[in-house]
Amino acid sequence: MSTLDEAPAAWQEQQPSGAPAAKRNWRETIIETVIRLCGISAVVIITLIFLFLLKEGAPAFMQVPIRDLLGVRWYPIEDMFGLLPLLVGSLLVTIGAVVIAVPLGLTTAVYLGEFAPPWLREILKPVIEVLAGIPSIVLGFLGWVALAPLIQAAGAATGLTAFTGAIILAYMALPTIISITEDALYAVPKEYRDGALALGATQWQTIWRVVLPAARSGIVIAVMLGVGRAIGETMAVMLVTGNAANIPAFGLGAWFQPVRTMTATIAAEMGEVAQGSLHYSVLFAIGIVLFLITFAFNSLATRFIGGRSRRRGGQI
Amino acid sequence: MENKIEVRNFNFYYGDFQALIDLNLPIRANQITALIGPSGCGKSTFLRALNRMNDTISIARADGEVLLDGKNVYDPDIDVADLRHRVGMVFQRPNPFPQSIYNNVAFGPRVLGTAKKQDLDQIVEESLQGAALWDEVKDKLDKPALELNPGQQQRMCIARTIAVRPEVILMDEPCSALDPVATLHVEELMRRLAEKYTIVIVTHNMQQAARASDWTGFFWLGRLVEFNETTTLFTNPHQELTESYITGRQG
Repeated sequence: MSTLDEAPAAWQEQQPSGAPAAKRNWRETIIETVIRLCGISAVVIITLIFLFLLKEGAPAFMQVPIRDLLGVRWYPIEDMFGLLPLLVGSLLVTIGAVVIAVPLGLTTAVYLGEFAPPWLREILKPVIEVLAGIPSIVLGFLGWVALAPLIQAAGAATGLTAFTGAIILAYMALPTIISITEDALYAVPKEYRDGALALGATQWQTIWRVVLPAARSGIVIAVMLGVGRAIGETMAVMLVTGNAANIPAFGLGAWFQPVRTMTATIAAEMGEVAQGSLHYSVLFAIGIVLFLITFAFNSLATRFIGGRSRRRGGQI
Repeated sequence: MENKIEVRNFNFYYGDFQALIDLNLPIRANQITALIGPSGCGKSTFLRALNRMNDTISIARADGEVLLDGKNVYDPDIDVADLRHRVGMVFQRPNPFPQSIYNNVAFGPRVLGTAKKQDLDQIVEESLQGAALWDEVKDKLDKPALELNPGQQQRMCIARTIAVRPEVILMDEPCSALDPVATLHVEELMRRLAEKYTIVIVTHNMQQAARASDWTGFFWLGRLVEFNETTTLFTNPHQELTESYITGRQG
């Protein structure tokens, strides 16, 4: 108890004698204000961007009937603004990328974090982190030059397909997924592993039933960040997907036909439209749709994490 | 009296450092054996050597014999997971998995495949009753185990351990994170568990060893200085070092 009584005296001694209280308060106020302004400005700017998007895109929703927007033909020159082919293109590429990147990324991370000998891990981890820094256009170039011919040789009509795009995007997402998942696995307390091992669980059972569930929120973040990088990607996808705004025939073969994504459409056509024209508004409308999809995706993921990670708070 | 475990000429190394030096001692079946000694004397290392939890440390190395029912657990043909199933462990800090109480206790039987689905409920109930926790948690089995208080968490960890029906239970300072009331709970529990299981407990607390154990081993700098019945060791120690330690002059 005596330490409690002594504490205030000790604090007073530690105060720098040259700085009077008023001056320190003044400094605090400035720092607080600057931090507050930075925080607010971020929110304001994001709001402004969204409002701008709405303002430019809104005419499209008013002038083009919803039924036409949901049409299957994207011929802007003939005023046919069916967004469906672009939506399907984006979906095909993104789903393909997720299906490739998530299992590959998670297993790689588990191998690195749980099974690989330390020396191998020391080599692989930095290499993977460097991969994250490769500019996307370089990957796109690689896909165009190296991957597309392979896919064509494998029997597709052209090498520039949704699948090609999916592979390139998957490889863009992989370093992020691997690196963050590995960090999440590493953060799982050793006590959990010990507890499972001491019950007679094998190493794999311990990982599958204790470590992975405990690292779930981190893994979800890893996948979100990885996939988030892939969804918004434009140039690499534009290079390798063939850019045909048509809806491919239904089925697994859909991945082996050329598609065009929403992002690629905006990038390719924005330079050519007259500002203020209907085509221009529709491109912004695509931006709104992209925004909504990403927003929905993010909120779902945060909700998923929120419910789980709070329980850790009960830990001592 | 039957020996459940017999340790013979056992040495243990972390890299170049020898942590345990030529240990020889018996662990009697259905009795409580306490291991005491100052921090860093090797008693926890020894405990973790009994079910090979030290295997997770890459630089660790053992030689000598730990005979469990006459069979050396360091033999190459030993299945380590099976060994840990037979020789369970309760840790210093309660370590519930971040899952529900039910799933924590059912973890072992599920993983080992020792129980049918319909028997799980019963195993969970019996284990929690065995750990004297059932009445406190029976209405909230689906609640996260991390919401329990530390004493309850530790008893839940004991329930989780006995759910797989081990033969030996190793306890590594199970009460060091608990308050006196919770400590008493766990000690009473140990006494009851000893009817079915062989128990080895590492403790810092000499009163606890004196109160709760049948046999006591005193460790000093990696050596077993003295091993005897608890009453003898505490009232009439044969070694001077033991006497000065238990009377508080040394350590």
